Amino acid sequence: MFREAYGRAVAVLVRVCGDIDTAEEAVQDAFVEALERWPVTGVPPSPAGWIVTTARHRAVDRYRRESVRDERHAEAERRLARDEHSDELEEGPMRDDQLRLIFTCCHPALATSAQVALTLRLLGGLTTAEIARAFLVPEATMAQRLVRAKGKIRDAGIPYRVPEPKELPARLAAAMAVVYLVFNEGYTASAGDRLVRDDLCREAIRLGRLLVELVPDEPEAAGLLALMLLIDARRAARTTPDGALVLLAEQDRLLWDHSKIGEGLAIVRRCLQANRPGPYQIQAAINAVHSAAARAEDTDWRQIVALYDLHQSIAPSPIVQLNRAVAVAEVDGPEAALALVDALGLDAQHRFHAIRADLLRRLDRRAEAAAAYDAAIALSANAAERTFLQEMRASLGGV
Amino acid sequence: MTTTREATGRMKQYLISFYQPDGPPPPPEFLAPIMREMGIIQRELAAAGSWVFAGGLHPPSTATLLRAKGDDVLITDGPFVEGKEVLGGFTIIKAPDLDVALEWGRRYARVAPGLTVEVRPFQGEVDG
Repeated sequence: MFREAYGRAVAVLVRVCGDIDTAEEAVQDAFVEALERWPVTGVPPSPAGWIVTTARHRAVDRYRRESVRDERHAEAERRLARDEHSDELEEGPMRDDQLRLIFTCCHPALATSAQVALTLRLLGGLTTAEIARAFLVPEATMAQRLVRAKGKIRDAGIPYRVPEPKELPARLAAAMAVVYLVFNEGYTASAGDRLVRDDLCREAIRLGRLLVELVPDEPEAAGLLALMLLIDARRAARTTPDGALVLLAEQDRLLWDHSKIGEGLAIVRRCLQANRPGPYQIQAAINAVHSAAARAEDTDWRQIVALYDLHQSIAPSPIVQLNRAVAVAEVDGPEAALALVDALGLDAQHRFHAIRADLLRRLDRRAEAAAAYDAAIALSANAAERTFLQEMRASLGGV
Repeated sequence: MTTTREATGRMKQYLISFYQPDGPPPPPEFLAPIMREMGIIQRELAAAGSWVFAGGLHPPSTATLLRAKGDDVLITDGPFVEGKEVLGGFTIIKAPDLDVALEWGRRYARVAPGLTVEVRPFQGEVDG
């Protein structure tokens, strides 16, 4: 309750105050007051609405206390008084406020790391300490990053509004990239606080839903949501209780979250009908093929190769080709896949070496496989992944 | 939605700086169309009531530095910072927010590939 109410209230207050710091302080005041009063008076019928209304009053108090009251303060105060008891506590307007704030947080004038941190702080209601833990940086570093970003929003005049239609596609792409980054950070990294990481995934999915509501006709937004749901559905099967990585082929599919999969598959089907494919939709469709297979050996790899071909035709990249090669190995065998991988020469990528290692291992070219595992281990930044690669390297025997 | 600034008619001022590769100036036939385009943008800025000031600079080799030392002020040959890219000129505009300022900056950036455009806010606000 706390995080979601916090995020919603901050979004409303940013609109009426026109200032992030004042909004955050007012909302924090309101939560302090709730902690004092609710145990006595009982929880109000609409806790989130109570927080917003109380935060408004505290914002007015703050403005009145300030000795220097410039024109902007007076304007904000007028607005705080005027809009009271308007319809803003209803779902629609509150959602609009959050959307405005997403686009402010994901403004391209901010560094990506700042976009991610701001989004989690202001919309997700995560504390600075939690965000710092999730990204494995000292709390002081994260606090400084947030202060600097908020300072830039204020001083450079980054607006609080949903971009105009002609800007929207580019800005939406930036917001989607941040949401997916938040999701991946929660999903992929193995170090750090497990609970916070789960929260990152949940928050990314919530923001993904918000973007879909903003642009219901944009299939890429729906594709991103489906992609996250389908991947997140495998969370319970993806690691052993002691944190070791379990490959997709070896996961216990009964542990998958089938309600998430159902929702993801339904979105993918709707996207296919729209027939305006994009990278998120195609990645969602690839994951849907995996999700639809009851056993790993039932996976329709030809379909996956075809989807990668489509991906490569609309958004070509060597990473797509690398992933395609993995699917080719299942259809045409490891030798054919290795030829494709070797042609890419992505020497700086640990995944390139890990995939080569696996293909060489399957071809029983052990010495080369061992060298490729070593290269992958040296480049991997993820502890669980490194452990996995070291075990595979050891399984080759004495080479 | 109107922002606070639009509602109150307050504007921010932005410095739009043009950074170009250091070295001898490009030939006139290269520069002429660029200067013409920049002139068009400047007239549009003026028509929109957003233009404040603009100027092109001589090369950094013409710069002179001053630094207080005790009671004296030392004069030395510039520039202050040597770089592969140098400040070639700038425009100052008024805009309600960064998005509007960036839109003007984008226009300038398109004029000359290889030119880096920096948009930086001034402190304070002015009347619209």
